[in-house]
Amino acid sequence: MFATCTDPSQLEGLSWLLCYLTSGKHMLFYGSFLVVLALMLITAPVALAFGFGGALAARSHITPLRWLGKGYTAMVRGVPDIVFFLFVPVALDQGLEYIRHLWKCPPTGQPVWANGEFNVCAAAKIPLSTSPQIWHEAYGFALAVVAFSVVFGAFAANVLYGAMNAVPRAQLETAEAYGMTHRQVSRRILIPQMWTYALPGLSNLWMILIKATPLLFLLGVEDIVYWARELGSTKSQIYAYPHPDWRVWYFLGLLCYYLAMTRVSEIVLSRLTAKLSRGQATMAGEAQRKMAGGAGA
Amino acid sequence: MSCTEIIAEYGLRSLGFGERLLPRSDFTLCHQFTLIGSGLIWNIYFGVLALTFGFFLATGLALAKAADNPLIRKPAEWFIFVFRGSPLFIQFFLAYEALVMLPRAGVNIFGLTVQTSWVTSAWAGALFVLFLNTAAYSAEIFYGALRSVPKGDIEAADAYGLTGWHKFRRVLWPTMLRLAWPAYTNEAIFLFHATTLVFFSGFPAYQQRGDALYYAKFFADKTFNPFIPYPIAAFYFICITLALIGLFGVINRRLNRHLPQAHRPRLRIRPQIIR
Repeated sequence: MFATCTDPSQLEGLSWLLCYLTSGKHMLFYGSFLVVLALMLITAPVALAFGFGGALAARSHITPLRWLGKGYTAMVRGVPDIVFFLFVPVALDQGLEYIRHLWKCPPTGQPVWANGEFNVCAAAKIPLSTSPQIWHEAYGFALAVVAFSVVFGAFAANVLYGAMNAVPRAQLETAEAYGMTHRQVSRRILIPQMWTYALPGLSNLWMILIKATPLLFLLGVEDIVYWARELGSTKSQIYAYPHPDWRVWYFLGLLCYYLAMTRVSEIVLSRLTAKLSRGQATMAGEAQRKMAGGAGA
Repeated sequence: MSCTEIIAEYGLRSLGFGERLLPRSDFTLCHQFTLIGSGLIWNIYFGVLALTFGFFLATGLALAKAADNPLIRKPAEWFIFVFRGSPLFIQFFLAYEALVMLPRAGVNIFGLTVQTSWVTSAWAGALFVLFLNTAAYSAEIFYGALRSVPKGDIEAADAYGLTGWHKFRRVLWPTMLRLAWPAYTNEAIFLFHATTLVFFSGFPAYQQRGDALYYAKFFADKTFNPFIPYPIAAFYFICITLALIGLFGVINRRLNRHLPQAHRPRLRIRPQIIR
């Protein structure tokens, strides 16, 4: 990056460290932090949408839809999330390729899953083996986003389902007494009121999401864990910047990064909670009212 | 090969008994059920031991966090913050890399050479990390419960002249446990789920002796069919979860046996913890 870095073997001390930390590989490492942030920022709204759908389905009057919603919310209770992180991308990838296989490939008469192989013709591969590397990486990342969204959608569905049940029953009954239909009650009364009840659970989910991001490594995305292992491992003299095994320092850095992320989120979310509970008929809102009254008197 | 033979050969494979080589072809359902179930021994090992040891450390940490003396309170707060604020996955990696840096030849303590090679193996190193991690999460739960012990209970204990250890043992501790129990059940369930991370995070599976998910991934990679091994692993974990809910429910009933029937809190499972 700097002009002085052209011959690292001549450098010493701080200038060596400066050049080392700005090498091309390290730039990729810093870029992978953006990948992690992108994952969180994309997953959060998508998971919220999944959760919203799941919670509404679990409250539905149509029995099969309700079973589907309940099954989705119950899914994460008994099974480790890591199972889903491993299962969903592979299953989705194979499912998509199977559909394209039925659509694009000439019929071969052989089963697709057989003898420990998954056989689809070249035209059915996603992305095509001829497409550039960037598409392969983008596809991998998209699968990771879906896997995260499915798992976190189920968590969010739990939270939102609870929040919908927490809205005082009298509110809904009043709306019904005014002659609103089921859908109108949901849209005008239930959904606007549920957010204060959902916020503690959703902020908890955000913290969980932050802490789940290193699992991207399991999905084969080149994330911060990948680069920390890659850059930290012992570099012999044939490398431009030889050094012993520094992985422990890289992981210490990651640990501090995550601690900072969760701490900052905690502070922001507690401010948001305080703001949203202002004037609400909940315990937090009541406490705020008393505080303000006490200060004024 | 019949299913009983497969069970005889692979049933304890995860501990290193029986057939040395993993199956290479002709993966039957029996193979998958047996090997994944065999791996489950490790999940149970990690979960039970971490939970047992973690319980005592968590009680101590919760008391330390509730202490008035900042010299006791601050370290406990920091410990809980570090382990709850960072991902378990990173903690595993960091612990492994740190343990690898111990000198190979062993550490010399008062003339005795203590071997260090065993601490990098999963059964010791990962268990240690899980123990500290669950202690931090449980300590936060216990601390919250300790803060919600009713004032009247403490005043009653004072009126009876109970102090120190007796007050803690007879009044504070049972009430704390009673209040914390539903949340602690949740913690136990998610600790068992977290044990699946061990063999994906630096700790090597020595001679392919892994946990349930390690073998599930092995089959998924070999057969290119994720639709059989992962549901089997999921099935085993649902069984574990149900067993835990049953066991903790029995303890919950015992903790609340003095309350009238209608006032007993029921266990509610809230999936709120991924590490």
